Amino acid sequence: MGIVIENVHKQFGSFIALNDVSLTIPSGELVALLGPSGSGKTTLLRIIAGLETADAGRISFNGEETTSRSVRERQVGFVFQHYALFRHLTVADNVAFGLNVKPRALRPSKKEIKEKVHDLLKLVQLEGLADRYPAQLSGGQRQRIALARALAVEPQVLLLDEPFGALDAQVRVELRRWLRRLHDEIHVTSVFVTHDQEEALEVADRIVVMNQGRIEQAGTPDEVYESPANPFVLNFLGHVNLFHGRVHQGQARLGGLTLETPEHADANQASAIGYVRTHDIVVERSASADASIAATVKHVLAVGPVVRVELALSENGEIVEAELTRELFRELELKAGEAVFVRTRNVRVFVDDYQI
Amino acid sequence: MADHSLSRGTLTEPRWVRWLLTTVALMFLALFLIVPLAAVFSQALDKGVAVYFAALHEADTLSSIRLTLLTALVAVPLNLLFGVVAAWAIAKFSFPGKSFLITLIDLPFSVSPVVSGLIYVLIFGLQGWLGPWLAEHDIKILFAVPGIILATIFVTFPFVARELIPLMEAQGKDEEEAALVLGATGLQTFFRVTLPNIRWGILYGVILCNARAMGEFGAVSVVSGHIRGSTNTIPLQVEILYNEYNYAAAFAVASLLALLAVVTLIVKSVVEWRLKTGSRF
Repeated sequence: MGIVIENVHKQFGSFIALNDVSLTIPSGELVALLGPSGSGKTTLLRIIAGLETADAGRISFNGEETTSRSVRERQVGFVFQHYALFRHLTVADNVAFGLNVKPRALRPSKKEIKEKVHDLLKLVQLEGLADRYPAQLSGGQRQRIALARALAVEPQVLLLDEPFGALDAQVRVELRRWLRRLHDEIHVTSVFVTHDQEEALEVADRIVVMNQGRIEQAGTPDEVYESPANPFVLNFLGHVNLFHGRVHQGQARLGGLTLETPEHADANQASAIGYVRTHDIVVERSASADASIAATVKHVLAVGPVVRVELALSENGEIVEAELTRELFRELELKAGEAVFVRTRNVRVFVDDYQI
Repeated sequence: MADHSLSRGTLTEPRWVRWLLTTVALMFLALFLIVPLAAVFSQALDKGVAVYFAALHEADTLSSIRLTLLTALVAVPLNLLFGVVAAWAIAKFSFPGKSFLITLIDLPFSVSPVVSGLIYVLIFGLQGWLGPWLAEHDIKILFAVPGIILATIFVTFPFVARELIPLMEAQGKDEEEAALVLGATGLQTFFRVTLPNIRWGILYGVILCNARAMGEFGAVSVVSGHIRGSTNTIPLQVEILYNEYNYAAAFAVASLLALLAVVTLIVKSVVEWRLKTGSRF
């Protein structure tokens, strides 16, 4: 069940939530809508579900236009950030809800419903909790029940709005891996909204990066991480350092860096920014190449598996952050105030927009 | 106050002050609430149980009881319907004029009941806006049962809505949306999701609404016309009997209202307890 979104536009008062958004979601994939708050990702999800109507544009499921169909006719499963379980119903009745409200002719028998609920609770690994009430469950359990409830109606599309947002860090990681495995099992086209890049990179088949009501880039996790289309995507996926400078006829001079940028061959003294991820900054005791830049260690933060080192470039005093492995850090024995050399890998140069 | 030993020394008043305050509060309660309540029942039964029941069986009194029940029977369901609809609209949707509507719902609380009654005289009275037209068509509203019901509805207007609005606002609309996505119709959503979530709040509002509907004096007094055996509700009947120095009968009828108050209080505390201990059932 593929989803095609064409030129969807949505405005709340003077705020443009979605600005002419088009996107194709292939059948059976798990897609992440990733972006900061206010980027329109939740609005897009709610429009796909039919909980919100677009001001303009079309949504079709498998080539069939659904724009005019109401929520209940769309056959989507929706999982809410705060679970939205029916508090007055038991877990079993919650899961059975979508089946119980079907018109009599389409409704399965009591026995079939009971079996189906049992199967679903087994699928989400909460068989023992059928008679509990939502208030008696933990956050992670509630979200899995919410998922079982959404799957009960055999939706064509599964939509999840920040499904792990309300959970604590450890449960979040556990649950998203579980969701990935579940999706590999049931293969229903799924879209989930998140503002957590790690979550998107780990779980999704494809990532759609959104910002200010627009899609900045859509692609596999590898594509958006390794070849970001623009500075926003680069910035949003991981920590980056900025090197300001100019590009002239295919050569960039950014702070102490000089490098060849054939893609900007026709740039003429254009102001540009070089982006380098923190783990692409190499710190060394001695200059190993021409490209090495002198710097001073400002601050060391040695918490967790990686060590963050703040460095001031000698040439212009700009602050650069490097991420080192613990091993390398121990080898170098860096201390604040020491003079070192810095090299860069994978510099991505983007010419400032207004210069183009 | 995590540290009890500390708070006892520094923050809590000395024992005798606590005793004094508690005693004063209880004495106030006894003097102004329990003694009058007891007085009503003792006066009512002063001349014996036979007189008490005879007073209640008197034709005019029976008619006032019937009228009060009829009034409550019409006013409470109508205000229940209005209250649920208004609370639903206010809590689940945003529309222009929403805060104005909330203020408007509160209006009967801030207006004296006598004024509420006079409004209806102004509208339906012979000198009022609709009076001449009504007289022409021989429709009686003022000094008749419809007027009493209208005045009662006006006075008890806010009870259910006021109770439900904060409750429904706190619950949000996630559950309703979840029901719709799962294929429920609007009605199914209302009866299977919205209503179960607010049922204790509804009951609470209905109890208070009913107590006020049966006990309302001011507004009803203005529009009733005090026609014996016809447009007198229980509170009006009590007043008439009292003014005729028929104390035993007056207190006998008054004891009905007092009894209603006691029952209301008990049911109210039970419902409050249920509201607090979770809305699981």
